[in-house]
Amino acid sequence: MARRVMIKGNEAIAMGAIEAGCRYYFGYPITPQNDIPEYMSAAMPKVGGAFVQAESEVAAINMLLGAAATGARVMTSSSSPGISLKQEGISYLAGSQIPGVIVNMSRSGPGLGGIHPSQGDYFQATRGGGHGDYRTLVLAPSTAQENYDLTMDAFDLADKYRNPVMVLGDALIGQIKEPVELKPYRKKPKPKDWALTGAEGREARLLKSLFLADGELTVHNWMLAKKYKRMQKEVRYEFYRAEDAKMMLVAFGSVGRILKTSVDILRDKGKKVGLLRPITLYPFPDKAIQEAAAKSKLLAVMELNTGQMVEDVKLAAECACPVEFYGRPPGSIPTPDELAKEAMKIWRKGGLK
Amino acid sequence: MSAQPKLKKVFDRPQCLKDVPYHYCPGCHHGVIHRLLAEQIDNFGLRGKTLGAASVGCSVLIYDYFDVDIVEAPHGRAAAVATGLKRARPDSFVFTYQGDGDLAAIGTAEIVHAANRGENITVVFVNNAVFGMTGGQMAPTTLEGQVTTTSPYGRSAAEAGLPIRVTEMLSTLEGTAYAARVAVDNIKNLKKAKAALKRAVTYQQKGWGFSFVEFLSSCPTNWKMTPEEANARVGKEMADYFPLGVYKDVRAN
Repeated sequence: MARRVMIKGNEAIAMGAIEAGCRYYFGYPITPQNDIPEYMSAAMPKVGGAFVQAESEVAAINMLLGAAATGARVMTSSSSPGISLKQEGISYLAGSQIPGVIVNMSRSGPGLGGIHPSQGDYFQATRGGGHGDYRTLVLAPSTAQENYDLTMDAFDLADKYRNPVMVLGDALIGQIKEPVELKPYRKKPKPKDWALTGAEGREARLLKSLFLADGELTVHNWMLAKKYKRMQKEVRYEFYRAEDAKMMLVAFGSVGRILKTSVDILRDKGKKVGLLRPITLYPFPDKAIQEAAAKSKLLAVMELNTGQMVEDVKLAAECACPVEFYGRPPGSIPTPDELAKEAMKIWRKGGLK
Repeated sequence: MSAQPKLKKVFDRPQCLKDVPYHYCPGCHHGVIHRLLAEQIDNFGLRGKTLGAASVGCSVLIYDYFDVDIVEAPHGRAAAVATGLKRARPDSFVFTYQGDGDLAAIGTAEIVHAANRGENITVVFVNNAVFGMTGGQMAPTTLEGQVTTTSPYGRSAAEAGLPIRVTEMLSTLEGTAYAARVAVDNIKNLKKAKAALKRAVTYQQKGWGFSFVEFLSSCPTNWKMTPEEANARVGKEMADYFPLGVYKDVRAN
């Protein structure tokens, strides 16, 4: 049986990464994710890897780019302002098709903002974030267990698609301490026939994102676009007490977690309320939203921001039912009761009984 | 069969250089510097274990010429990328090849800290005092008074400061094990450049730490000079402000 431990969400990320074979970590201190570089600084030398505290977020993502170019499993982590700085490297990773795992334990913004939990980086994470026409696969854990599990999956997905994968949590998901079952990683990663290992006995390899010849970049971008289309099958989501829901709440990450209790509160009052929690934010669970929109009378999106994912929900719902929104800018963590009350306001406004 | 005179081959293309013409402008020194580096990769038998980090600028296309594994670094980040390459594969020979716009402007943080950490990598820095690929704008190494497309009245020390002497700056760092400034404007300097590169590669091979070779280079196109005039400028104006020599060689006996 897998060992069960009581750890912080951030530690679960680090432990999942190491279990999945991550041997190189490059990072820079920023709250609220410092447990990750701290853990990795102690762990990497013990597993025969390397930890470098970079001079900047920009340097850290580029160290990741270099180490990942050799075929190794590599991770960096940061929080919102630091993730903004990493966007250059993420764009180059996408363009050069170099896999890597980037963790964003997001905090509040814009600017220096604060260190409260926030979901204000949804747009940045799901729209590529840096320059150019690309996407990163985005996983949104809601528990320390999911931090552990999804970080392992993040490495597999990054390698499978030769693409950067982002794990998007927030201060709550990183700082919460709860039991985690340390499931062993049993997969055998495939050899990488593109990795830079020295050209001994073979042709030289090249990883680049510059395509100057006539028409070359068009071909490259179409190839990437097809890859992003193939990624759609990685979509993940969770329905909670959704079977007969008249109103379906839609939320990811920390809010998705809190809303489970809100749903229980409302169900106890006889209100048929369910929850749809997207686990992949890119690819977005369009079909699950459509399914919910077809079955329910109302979709209610709740986020720790002033309205980001709600746009994707509206696009996916295609006007099959009304989409309402409750948003909360950073500052405090909403309680299940508070969110249940907000849900009831939407319920009544929608004329539901 | 007619008798062929027996000829001894005394000069050839280095094996790790591809047999293709350079795209560089007439009189540019990149081609010669490429060759010198390729000679050392051959000399140490490193082709099969070399990992290069290309940078942004004219020399981004080194992968068209070097027959070794190469990754393209974002502008200025080659030293960070090389850090990742070397940490993940410590037995490889890792080099960066960067211009002055790349290394001395947008990449100053990366080069200073890679040097300070004593990363066991070799950096080839080509200083032609101008942003070449983008069309001849002022670089941090542009000489005082030099006219460029963004210093049309000549570089003003009051507004832009004076040129950065990178080799001297990096030599002050404890992590820098070897640092030299060389030129390829004449045979005498070319021989010294060759020796410096050989020494730099030796440093990495022996695990002695960060090695750095700055080349003063010409850019006839953006200097608006003939190749001869540009070559002469390297040895005079350039070398006056950027003195040639070995600045650090911690293992010298």
